[in-house]
Amino acid sequence: MDFELMINSFPKLLNAAVITLKLLSVSLIVGLFIGLLFAILRLNKNIFINRFAYGYSYVFRGTPLLVQIFIIYFGLGQIEYLRSTFLWVILKEPYWCAIIAFALNTGAYTSEILRSAFQTIKPGIIEAGQSLGISSKIIFYKIQIPIAIRQSLPAYGNEIILMMKGTSLASTVTIMDLTGVAKYIISTTFKPIEVFIVAGGIYLFMTFIIHNVIKFLEKKYSFN
Amino acid sequence: MELLAFGDTGWGDELFRATLMTIAVSITAIIIGFSFAAIFTPLKLSKLKSLNLIANTYTTIIRGVPELLVIYLFFFGGSGAIMFVASMFGYNEYIEINAFVTGSFAIGIISGAYSTEVFRGAIQSIDKGQFEAAKVLGFSKFKQFYKIILPQMLRLAIPNLSNVWQITLKDTSLISVTGLVEIMRQSYIAAGSTRDPLFFYSFAAVLYLLLTFLSMKLINKLEVKYSRGY
Repeated sequence: MDFELMINSFPKLLNAAVITLKLLSVSLIVGLFIGLLFAILRLNKNIFINRFAYGYSYVFRGTPLLVQIFIIYFGLGQIEYLRSTFLWVILKEPYWCAIIAFALNTGAYTSEILRSAFQTIKPGIIEAGQSLGISSKIIFYKIQIPIAIRQSLPAYGNEIILMMKGTSLASTVTIMDLTGVAKYIISTTFKPIEVFIVAGGIYLFMTFIIHNVIKFLEKKYSFN
Repeated sequence: MELLAFGDTGWGDELFRATLMTIAVSITAIIIGFSFAAIFTPLKLSKLKSLNLIANTYTTIIRGVPELLVIYLFFFGGSGAIMFVASMFGYNEYIEINAFVTGSFAIGIISGAYSTEVFRGAIQSIDKGQFEAAKVLGFSKFKQFYKIILPQMLRLAIPNLSNVWQITLKDTSLISVTGLVEIMRQSYIAAGSTRDPLFFYSFAAVLYLLLTFLSMKLINKLEVKYSRGY
């Protein structure tokens, strides 16, 4: 055991963990909006809109995240037209490509979580709102969404942890996140176990925090 | 389309072989995962706190640390660990384990943690009366498990195991970083030499979709089989 290496690499890995957290938070926020949008589209009665939303979540849940990042980072740059538009400013940066891929990926999973949450809301609750003369828009924003969020908290907590692990793939497109730096240190020192313990420990700590925050929120918003 | 031709002019045969490799790694990994689950599920359900602790450490670490980091640990540390064990038996030559073994083991250990949780959940949701009835009928411990608990457990576990299978299948794409030529690695090679990454990575996505779609069909059949009588 090389304790000196472990102590020396700790600040480097901690710095890299900040990038991991940035990647995670930005993609989660964007992904939540995408997820909400597609969950609403899934509940639409128009079969084409419905199918489109289902297709989106099917494709993004059925393919590995790595393929999605590579298509966006390596693939989209190949389209000549895109290179001449303002989008190129974003797409030439690996950082933004990773975020787009993560957001689309977590959006697909989030849409499934929210859809099932919407579907488990008892119709009586909506009817109660209607009979009180509340407009359907307000029923949706003030009644259905809060209940759906409460309902989907446990599953969404899992999704956050999965996404945090997913951000490690950013290291494959040259981003020096926690896994990227860990791999760099391993490949220069050939001490995989020591680095794994430190980097893994940081990841576990983040998992632990997320897990407890979700637990706290679940308790806070529980019905009884 | 000529990019996908079989033979020397296209990448069809290479990608076909790569797909078979992905399937082979996935199946090996899930079997390794089940063996790990077979060891750790009883530990999780044991009444001894220390055994619980061992199993919980395993599942917590694996489910809280990124797959890629685990793969790097195996990739860079695997042959070192084997050589260390070998040196205790007096063998000091350099040993290199191939990417297939390293990759399947890394993915297998990951998938084992998920399978452990699934099996634990399934066993815990079997009615208590079933265990008692098995005992009362005088079955041996082995028969109690094999004839009464296992079939019921499988029925409850199959839907969640199909999730584990999908995760495992998708995780195999990460082994491409170790150089094993599966779908992802082959697409990377083809994309590099033809300068057409969009096409090859999209094709890789289609291959993965096809694999998940077909395996879901198969698993649904299993589900029907094990739900007979319900």
